[in-house]
Amino acid sequence: MDRRDLAWYVDKTAQWVIFAGGISAIVFIVGIFIFITKEGLDFVLGPLNLGEFFTSIAWRPTSNNPTYGALALIVGTASVTGFAMLLSVPLSLGAALFIAEFATGKTREVLKVLVEMLAAIPSVVWGFVGMSIMHPLIMRIFDVPLGLGVLNAGLILGLMAAPIMTTIAEDALKAVPDAYREAAEALGATRWEVIFKVVIPASRNGLLAAVLLGVGRGFGETMAVLMASGHAINIPTSPFDSVRALTATIASELGDTVRGGDHWGSLFTLGILLFVVTFVINLTADIVVRGIRKK
Amino acid sequence: MEAPMFSATPLNRRSYRSQSVAKAVFCLMTVALVIPVLLILGTLVVKGAPAISWEFLFTAPTNNLTAGGIFPALVGTIWLVVVALLASVPVGVAAALYLSEYAPDNLLTRAINLAIVNLAGVPSIVHALFGFGAFVLFFRFNASILAASLTLAVMTLPVVIVATRESLQAVPHAFREACWNMGATRWQTIRKVVLPNSISGILTGVILEVSRTSGETAPIMFTGATAYLAFLPESVFDQTMAMSYHLFYIATQATDVPEELTYGVALVLIAIVLMMNAVSIAFRIYLRGLKKW
Repeated sequence: MDRRDLAWYVDKTAQWVIFAGGISAIVFIVGIFIFITKEGLDFVLGPLNLGEFFTSIAWRPTSNNPTYGALALIVGTASVTGFAMLLSVPLSLGAALFIAEFATGKTREVLKVLVEMLAAIPSVVWGFVGMSIMHPLIMRIFDVPLGLGVLNAGLILGLMAAPIMTTIAEDALKAVPDAYREAAEALGATRWEVIFKVVIPASRNGLLAAVLLGVGRGFGETMAVLMASGHAINIPTSPFDSVRALTATIASELGDTVRGGDHWGSLFTLGILLFVVTFVINLTADIVVRGIRKK
Repeated sequence: MEAPMFSATPLNRRSYRSQSVAKAVFCLMTVALVIPVLLILGTLVVKGAPAISWEFLFTAPTNNLTAGGIFPALVGTIWLVVVALLASVPVGVAAALYLSEYAPDNLLTRAINLAIVNLAGVPSIVHALFGFGAFVLFFRFNASILAASLTLAVMTLPVVIVATRESLQAVPHAFREACWNMGATRWQTIRKVVLPNSISGILTGVILEVSRTSGETAPIMFTGATAYLAFLPESVFDQTMAMSYHLFYIATQATDVPEELTYGVALVLIAIVLMMNAVSIAFRIYLRGLKKW
């Protein structure tokens, strides 16, 4: 075996090692599904009553006669995420438009860095901010007895989801060829008209994907929602009502369960639900983005 | 009298006005996103700074976490981050190498990309369930640094992959072709040309991962983080305190913790995360200035 043979063997080995690394993401995503399904399966096939799960608000896993109604948790997650999106979709799309279309030079760089830093703040810090800064602030401003609820968690979540939406939306706007803008400007269109009649329609899919990924982020957020939402099982009727999210329920209850018990299984079932929904959101975003590349 | 040729018509003036209004509105929206965050950071600094001292950083908590410092939590976070990096950087770099240097444009590659997006999008608490089911129970690591770090590694893998892939793809294709034409194998090309030319970009991604990993809470709650430990961890099979979990615990579970202490912990945590993040960004901007091609 001479040096060239050796180089060939090394090359083949490296190729296989790198291939193994290459499919690692698939292995892990499948692994996540298998492991949470494995722990949740006994519950899903046994005590789970789908009708009760989706229509009852009675989440009483520790009572003598336990019931597993997740409706309040689903509504809790949906209301907080919805409120967050109400705030952050317009703001982040506006910010993306400003950064991509109006800001130039230093301003642009500084804003991009700020948005990136915003994305880096850990969720437990956001939760702490919700509890200790926003909580008293909301009580004082709106004169309500409790500042932890949909409003607080929604505001926090909105600020958390904004950077990812801004970044992806800005990428989508940047991907519109300059020739489109130039053509419109040559026809006498103002900057405003260029943006609304040319750039936004051309980057529609990318903007939609940005919003979807923002929704996914809000939907799956755990610590901040756990700390800022009040964590009471409740169908909210006002923004000041306290709610409980799917993610937060898992985080707060898993530590007290017995392995293999129904309560344990029910929490993994919530995990399966979260996994499936985020998977669908990400898949949709991927398909939507692919739609533009084909064109 | 005829108007000068290039003076603004009323139509021009109106459209110019609408343009400035649009610009102002979007600028305001951007500011509305940034201002609350600066206010929040300011509050954390003002309320947390008085708590911070050498003693705070280098002593253990006392009196049921209501006094003392954060040393074991700092050390624990370093343990978690280092072990997570040891696991995720080799795998992540290999994945990026595959995607950038080998992967044909086929269904498998598309599946890998989708899996990466999903891995980044799966809620952190689902990663925690996975880590608990897989590492703590199935592989019998129990609640330990190893189990917690591996959970963090799986969760932050996309950060390494995406950053590495970007810096690999920034190496011009001509470099590779030149090397292949000299008779070098693919691996020799990667080892001697592609990696040396992208190593600093990879490093940026690694620093970014440090920033992400040190702030995560949910994935380590059940897999290895503990509220109080009288000693520092000695091996990867020990449980550990961690900054993020410590903040969660003293903010929500422990009683009679002075406000100043909690703000201090939050400030130190966010300082670690933002500093690593800033280093990564500064490094990236510096590299962009250096680029030779």
